[in-house]
Amino acid sequence: MEGNLNLTLKIWRQKNAQIAGKFETYQVSGISEDMSFLEMIDVLNNRLIEEGDDPVAFDHDCREGICGMCSMYINGRPHGPNKGVTTCQLHMRSFSDGQTITIEPWRAEAFPVIKDLVVNRSAFDRIISAGGFISVNTGNAQDANSLPIPKDDADEAFAAAACIGCGACVAACKNASAMLFTSAKISQLALLPQGQAERSKRAEAMVAQMDEEGFGACSNTGACEAECPKGISIENIARMNREYFSSVFTSK
Amino acid sequence: MAWLSKSLNSSLGKKLLMAITGLFLVSFLIVHCGLNATIFLNDGGVTFNAGAEFMAKNPIIRTMEIVLFGGLLLHILDGLRLWMDNKKKRPVAYAVIDGAANSKWYSRSMGLLGTLLLLFLIIHLKHFWYFSRLTDNLTEEHTLYNEMQAVFASPIVVAIYVLGCISLGYHLLHGFQSAFQSLGWNHPKYTPTIKCIGAAYAIIIAALFAAMPIALHFNLIH
Repeated sequence: MEGNLNLTLKIWRQKNAQIAGKFETYQVSGISEDMSFLEMIDVLNNRLIEEGDDPVAFDHDCREGICGMCSMYINGRPHGPNKGVTTCQLHMRSFSDGQTITIEPWRAEAFPVIKDLVVNRSAFDRIISAGGFISVNTGNAQDANSLPIPKDDADEAFAAAACIGCGACVAACKNASAMLFTSAKISQLALLPQGQAERSKRAEAMVAQMDEEGFGACSNTGACEAECPKGISIENIARMNREYFSSVFTSK
Repeated sequence: MAWLSKSLNSSLGKKLLMAITGLFLVSFLIVHCGLNATIFLNDGGVTFNAGAEFMAKNPIIRTMEIVLFGGLLLHILDGLRLWMDNKKKRPVAYAVIDGAANSKWYSRSMGLLGTLLLLFLIIHLKHFWYFSRLTDNLTEEHTLYNEMQAVFASPIVVAIYVLGCISLGYHLLHGFQSAFQSLGWNHPKYTPTIKCIGAAYAIIIAALFAAMPIALHFNLIH
């Protein structure tokens, strides 16, 4: 796949969490505009390996925008310049010949760098563990429609459940806040009947865990919503505020 | 009451406090701006002076003045606490940030705008609150309206006040609708209206306040 894009890449290189990182500059040439951004990094890495250098470490898995692993902060924006896409869905036609591209990891206290562009997002897992689940008996599946759910509620819960936990909201937020992620996880369960039993405990536990992990508070700038590859709405953050305070003021 | 202090110290609680004190200050600005706008009646400040005297003497108003200072102090301290907490959450800064791509500059600059407002407020309180409440300079011959005319004779003071009003306008433009979001009030039925009222409120309050020193400086009112 030969192309005609020649680019200058400024990539954050960092050996591990303990050693401070710095930018390294690389030139890549003959990049096709049909390549995805990750394939462009693959081309660079192949060359680095052939030259005996350490390839750039970056997270990736499905490469079709559903796993949430790829996590690059490209030219000042999470997942690059396009709306509603992850880095693997970003194509090189979004860049022009001769352009300099700065690539950084998600930067947040709660997301320490493991290596280069790879950050540890297990803080999200611990927020889920704190209450982002429902406790149900195992056994045979219930009859369909035994729990009536209005279509609008199902749609709204689905929209919140579209969150892939990539962390772009944290990366975009000036306070490295995880409100959009946590609120989506609270909302998807608060909107459905299965989520009611643990509803009030859930909001308090997940918010407490979110604070403990070292995420910031919300300034309501809306940057998270604008950068979310799945278009999760900040209406969810307002719902989380309601869920949290109605629990705080009414629970016994 | 441990549950209350625990939740008010959470990331959500700090924002709730910010929203409640902010909306309280929003309600104060309506009274302040409305009363001051009586200078545009062109009656030589007669209505304005009568209003100012009522505000200075009425015991309920004087009590509310203490509540107001309390609310203002809480808003400032909570803002300071949020700013200090939040800046720790990203120890290594980004080399490149394209903030304009995803949010408004003033929504990201509430701390800066608030600090400018505080500096302006110190000057403003010294000019009028200190003069009218803590000194004996206010007389039948030298009313608060006369003092306004005297203060705004200086073009530098007028410039400071106009800059203060611009800061206030942007602070309110984000703050008004942001407060409702923090209170959990985001709903397709109400949010467009809240945003519309917020923008109108911010522009009207800032423009009216800025018009006062300008009008007095250039003798546009009598």
